[in-house]
Amino acid sequence: MKLRPPTPWGSAQILASGLLGLFLLLPVVALFATLSWEDFLGGLRNPLLVPALRLSLVTTASSLAIVVVLGSLLAWRVARNPGRVSRWLEAVAQLPAVIPPAVAGVGLLLAFGRRGLLGAWLDRHGIALAFTTPAVVLAEAFVSAPFFVQAAIAAFRRVDENLLVVSRTLGASPFRTFVRVGLPLAAPGLVAGAAMSWARAVGEFGATLFFAGNLTGRTQTMPLAVYTAMESDLRAAQALSLVLVAIAFALLFVLRRMGPGMALPGTEARRA
Amino acid sequence: MLEIAVARKIGPLDLRIDLSLNRETVLVAGPNGAGKSTLLRLLLGVLSPDAGRIALDKKVLFDAERWIDVAVEERELGYLPQDYALFPHLDVLGNVTFGLAGLRRPERLHRAGEWIERLGVGHLERRFPAELSGGERQRVALARALARDPRALLLDEPFASLDPVARRELRASLRAWLFEWRLPALIVSHDPADAVLADRIAVVERGRIVQQGTIDQLRGAAASSFVAGFAQEPG
Repeated sequence: MKLRPPTPWGSAQILASGLLGLFLLLPVVALFATLSWEDFLGGLRNPLLVPALRLSLVTTASSLAIVVVLGSLLAWRVARNPGRVSRWLEAVAQLPAVIPPAVAGVGLLLAFGRRGLLGAWLDRHGIALAFTTPAVVLAEAFVSAPFFVQAAIAAFRRVDENLLVVSRTLGASPFRTFVRVGLPLAAPGLVAGAAMSWARAVGEFGATLFFAGNLTGRTQTMPLAVYTAMESDLRAAQALSLVLVAIAFALLFVLRRMGPGMALPGTEARRA
Repeated sequence: MLEIAVARKIGPLDLRIDLSLNRETVLVAGPNGAGKSTLLRLLLGVLSPDAGRIALDKKVLFDAERWIDVAVEERELGYLPQDYALFPHLDVLGNVTFGLAGLRRPERLHRAGEWIERLGVGHLERRFPAELSGGERQRVALARALARDPRALLLDEPFASLDPVARRELRASLRAWLFEWRLPALIVSHDPADAVLADRIAVVERGRIVQQGTIDQLRGAAASSFVAGFAQEPG
């Protein structure tokens, strides 16, 4: 067999793929390549790390729980009841994805801050949110919600209506139908959405800084700790960054593993 | 006994159906868009009639005047959708026990096993729907519907997704089962060959029943060109 010479179109694809691939990879490689093992271990001993990591895990777990529980119900509603209200809800749930995080932070402050729309009322009842740990959770939930909601709506829409009708004729209430049929069939999409949403929450920086501040142990999450460390010690910032990268890699790995297996149990994937 | 008197307008369709079934099988035939599927949705309770009444034995499922509209899950109807709609994430046993949630576990398994056995799919209990043939799926779906002891059966194009051989075989089985169960059964179909299943045929066109009777009666005095075509001698 004779190899065909590459066409200009083919060459352009190869060149573009190589360029973009390298561009995306290089910063990540740089994070690893420019740090010695000793510097890394030294960076890990930075006093910022442990409180920031703990805070990040606690707040993102909380924001994820809020987003998944409320988001699943919203997504089910939207997916099963197409109409004007649903289109509005879907658009509203998409909104934070196109708002710059810093703007989201200002918005959250103006809504929940001491003199904010709702914050003033909360303040009169002795509840202050801004610059507290709950504010971090709110900021993370705000920016990460669209990632889960969008995936959940798509996953729920793929559930065959006929299965839901049959479930009802078999005596299952709408709630039981949701739990026994809707959730398991949409599970792969929900998990993928939750993972993307969680990744976005872990990386949240702008909204948190504006709405919750940068207080060690209370509102200083990992990205804010990296920012703080940068001011004094680049190596420490790099070590903290590597911890975040490791988390991201672990997540990506899990998602890729699930990727082709996103099919339902009992379908093609199972037979293979 | 299933008594139906419903009216519903959806888009271009103006449906008005009066039909009652004793312990017999009625085939609802008609061209596409005649309102057959809408009728099923009204009976199931997925869609509400604008007016009318549906009663099953002594139980009123819908009554527009008395504001009665019984929820889908409380209608005690056995439903076999066109593609059988087996739950892909549950195995055969899981599909059949799904509808037996009210029973204790041993009883649930016993009852499900009994029906799976009766419909000749006992050897497939642990298989998933994707691993079953079309005919096996239909049997499982029937077992699932019947294990709940429904008061009436609704079957939507029961053989449309089968190949000709399985179709002939299952049609013969279903005929024997329907005779044995003696439930009011409503079969929606556009296949004249399904007429052998039914005691009576009701032809629906543009939302109305245009003619009712046995296949011979229809053949003798067809009220429309669809009826004439449907009741034609095969071959």
